Amino acid sequence: MHLCGRIAERIDPTWVALYSSRGMESYNLRLFMRYTVLIADVLIYFPAVCVFCKMFCLKTSSLYKAAVALVMLLQPSLVLIDHGHFQYNCVSLGLTLWAIIGLGSGKDLLGSAAFVLALSYKQMELYHATPFFFYLLGKCLHEETIYRKLLKLSKIGCTVVGTFVLCWLPFLTTKEMAMQVCHRLFPFARGLFEDKVANFWFSASLIFKMRDIISQTRLIQLTVLTTLLMLLPSSWNLVRKPTFNRFLVALVNSSLTFFLFSYQVHEKSILLAALPLTLLLVECPFPGVWFHTVATFSMSPLLQRDGLSLASVAMLVIFVTASLIVFNPLETIWTKVMYTSSCMGMAVLQFGLNFLQPPSRYPDLFPVLISAYCCLHFLVFLAYFHYVQFSLDKPSPMYWSDQTLEDQTTSDVDKKTI
Amino acid sequence: MKSGRCWLAVVCFASAFKCLLVPSYHSTDFEVHRNWLALTHKLPLSKWYYEDTSEWTLDYPPLFAWFEWLLSHFAAAVDPKIVEVKHLNYESWQCILFQRLSVIGSDLVLAYAIKEYFSSMLQSGKGSSGREKLVTLSVLLLFNTGLLLVDHIHFQYNGMLFGILLLSIAKLKQGSVLCGAFWFAVLLNFKHIYLYVAPAYFVYLLRSYCFEKTGPSNWFPHLSNFLPRNLVKLGAVVVAVFGISFGPFIILGQLDQVLIRLFPFKRGLSHAYWAPNFWALYNFADKLAIRVGSYFGLSLTNVSGQALLTGGLVGDIGHSVLPTVTPFSTIVLTLLSVLPALFKVWCRPTDFNGFLRCIVLCAFGSFLCGWHVHEKAILLVLVPLSLLAVCHSSDAAVFVVLSTTGHVSLFPLLFLQAESLLKIILTLLYLMFSYYAWRSICCGTKEMKDELKLRVYQLPSIYLGGLVIIQFYCIVVHPLAPFADGLPFFPLMLTSVYCALGVVAAWFQCYVTMLKD
Repeated sequence: MHLCGRIAERIDPTWVALYSSRGMESYNLRLFMRYTVLIADVLIYFPAVCVFCKMFCLKTSSLYKAAVALVMLLQPSLVLIDHGHFQYNCVSLGLTLWAIIGLGSGKDLLGSAAFVLALSYKQMELYHATPFFFYLLGKCLHEETIYRKLLKLSKIGCTVVGTFVLCWLPFLTTKEMAMQVCHRLFPFARGLFEDKVANFWFSASLIFKMRDIISQTRLIQLTVLTTLLMLLPSSWNLVRKPTFNRFLVALVNSSLTFFLFSYQVHEKSILLAALPLTLLLVECPFPGVWFHTVATFSMSPLLQRDGLSLASVAMLVIFVTASLIVFNPLETIWTKVMYTSSCMGMAVLQFGLNFLQPPSRYPDLFPVLISAYCCLHFLVFLAYFHYVQFSLDKPSPMYWSDQTLEDQTTSDVDKKTI
Repeated sequence: MKSGRCWLAVVCFASAFKCLLVPSYHSTDFEVHRNWLALTHKLPLSKWYYEDTSEWTLDYPPLFAWFEWLLSHFAAAVDPKIVEVKHLNYESWQCILFQRLSVIGSDLVLAYAIKEYFSSMLQSGKGSSGREKLVTLSVLLLFNTGLLLVDHIHFQYNGMLFGILLLSIAKLKQGSVLCGAFWFAVLLNFKHIYLYVAPAYFVYLLRSYCFEKTGPSNWFPHLSNFLPRNLVKLGAVVVAVFGISFGPFIILGQLDQVLIRLFPFKRGLSHAYWAPNFWALYNFADKLAIRVGSYFGLSLTNVSGQALLTGGLVGDIGHSVLPTVTPFSTIVLTLLSVLPALFKVWCRPTDFNGFLRCIVLCAFGSFLCGWHVHEKAILLVLVPLSLLAVCHSSDAAVFVVLSTTGHVSLFPLLFLQAESLLKIILTLLYLMFSYYAWRSICCGTKEMKDELKLRVYQLPSIYLGGLVIIQFYCIVVHPLAPFADGLPFFPLMLTSVYCALGVVAAWFQCYVTMLKD
């Protein structure tokens, strides 16, 4: 941001004047800001996707890998939020993806450093933190001797702490400054949920008003407890058998759990669950495509306020058509029926959101209905992906190269004997 | 994947992508069409060609006016304020959305026509090569950068019109001559620019339909082979279409007014931005002569004392050093340039490819030598050429270079910064796609692919490299240069002249191919 600000100052100082530039939106300023997102995207996120596809896709045809990368880059929710609504999620998601690549290719230290950078860029990446932690912990615990376990643990620990300190040092000089930073980063005062969001608590509040019944501190405790409880199964499973595929699925489970059960969740937080699901599109095309459709749809009230309804529908059509060609997700009659009926519900609600006037008694009828509809879908996805994670023990054809622990240990043994 | 599914996927992609272009820049053509929606909706027929509240008067033939009338009913349902004649430059989001979606919808005509064109090829069981060609042609046309830039950003309805042209060509290919002639007559009554290719149709239909097919290369058919019945049928269809279109205005006695509106010769030899044709080179030579003359101390201006063509204004300005060009001379030159092609079609009535090539060359000739040609008319060359390009390697080579040149020549239409990256990326993607599609379709063997590589690294790629340099100058360097204020027209002139060289070279190549055939 500092870098962008410096460049902006060079081009036109009135853009970055401290108070007088508030609310400024000239043509050139908008163009400049859009270009900064695009450049950040091209420099960080695009290469990460391409490298991921190149390294981890088992099918050797480079045309197929390129097609997969293209579909992954066309993920509608990220494109719409970053380049439509305007945010810089591509940087944090890109850094996280680099971290995942690092972990997947065995470069744990680089991966952890990249993840700390991602976390320091946007604190929402905490949604992904537990799988990273438990995967690395699991790998440490699976080392042969206690000495090696401790060595690995300390190496990773030092990298993490060192990177963290490097990023945060200027802001942690006094206790007040540190507290202020924490206060700004974690705004608990804002309440259980900000706006209509496809979150469990919001949907539950429709039935009985949680905010009125339970005090705020109790609510925070309740959400923390529920989130931690829901995280336990997938994390335990990951520690016991830390394989790369399990790690990817655990990322989905963790981010979805946080999204559904955590405190002060934005509808844009679904992007964090969308990232690992993009990576899993090759393995689970049908749930992946369905999830992305629902995720984009869950943000439609936000997109409608930005005038992006037509763009969101267009992006969805492009993404789904591309997926249909590359992955062929809708093979069986059941998948077709489920997807079509889900889409019809979404189409009806979208039509209502854009064209129908809600009754005066319920002015937010459509956003609320959309949130509840999506929440139901997300709960089903959460259950399904927990099932996928636990059934990874059984042998099944995987498209991604699965660096299982057994393979890693046998390769180490081979190296030793040589 | 089945060919129908592939085609449907391309159509979905293209339409969705075009929806994403809805909020982009639109030119005064947007207001033109909104005005026509208003005047056809609110005013009686007798006033359509007289109405001039807005400066954008109706200057398309009557069938297009009827099309606008049809659309205006939907427009009125969406937002009644769109169709108020006095609401000049009305631009509510409903208006923009409606008009943009109408262009996207009307592009489906083009999609349907592509399918029709290939249905005969697919039925004859050409299998996967036919499917590949269908998909390639669909992408080349539905994603044609020129059409995207002109129709979906700048704003026009060319997609639909090219669809009708393609439909008429498809019907002729399938052998339904009257159907093909009908659709072409309809097309002429939608937009009279297609008169550029009318001579090709006229000669081809006369020779192949109105004379019996005797033997190959019979350049002077015997009068006994003349089929008057067919001529009557053909004439009846064409006259009927024109009658329905112009009839009401003839009855009202307004034919003169309609023709004046349709053919505004007072607009000058070249548009404000010179189309990259022969006259651009002519204008450039003239300006160069003035400069050289002033260097030698001669003050060369025209009769009214102006230094000519400096600002690229629209108007009837003459040349100073070289002889002034009149509308009549342009018509003569155009006819001369297309005569050999017409003669070839006359001699070979059964050669459908020859007919297609003649369409291309007629469009070329009119583009290069016509009066007040718009740079958008290059699309009229590119669309028929793409039909040839999916089948013949030499045409594909010309197509790759000409399409890039044509698209770059359209860049000045979109002069705002937000579209600069988009137009460059679209052109580059299209270039890459057309090149690789050409390689995979037209070059079956490895030897041909190697030969292709050699050809690519010759003159065409040097020319394209020059295009890149010139565009870099125009987009990046010139706006920042200190002398830019005094020479606002310079980058436009540079683009125009350089593209004109490419277009003339492509025309020459097409002619050589036709004569060799």
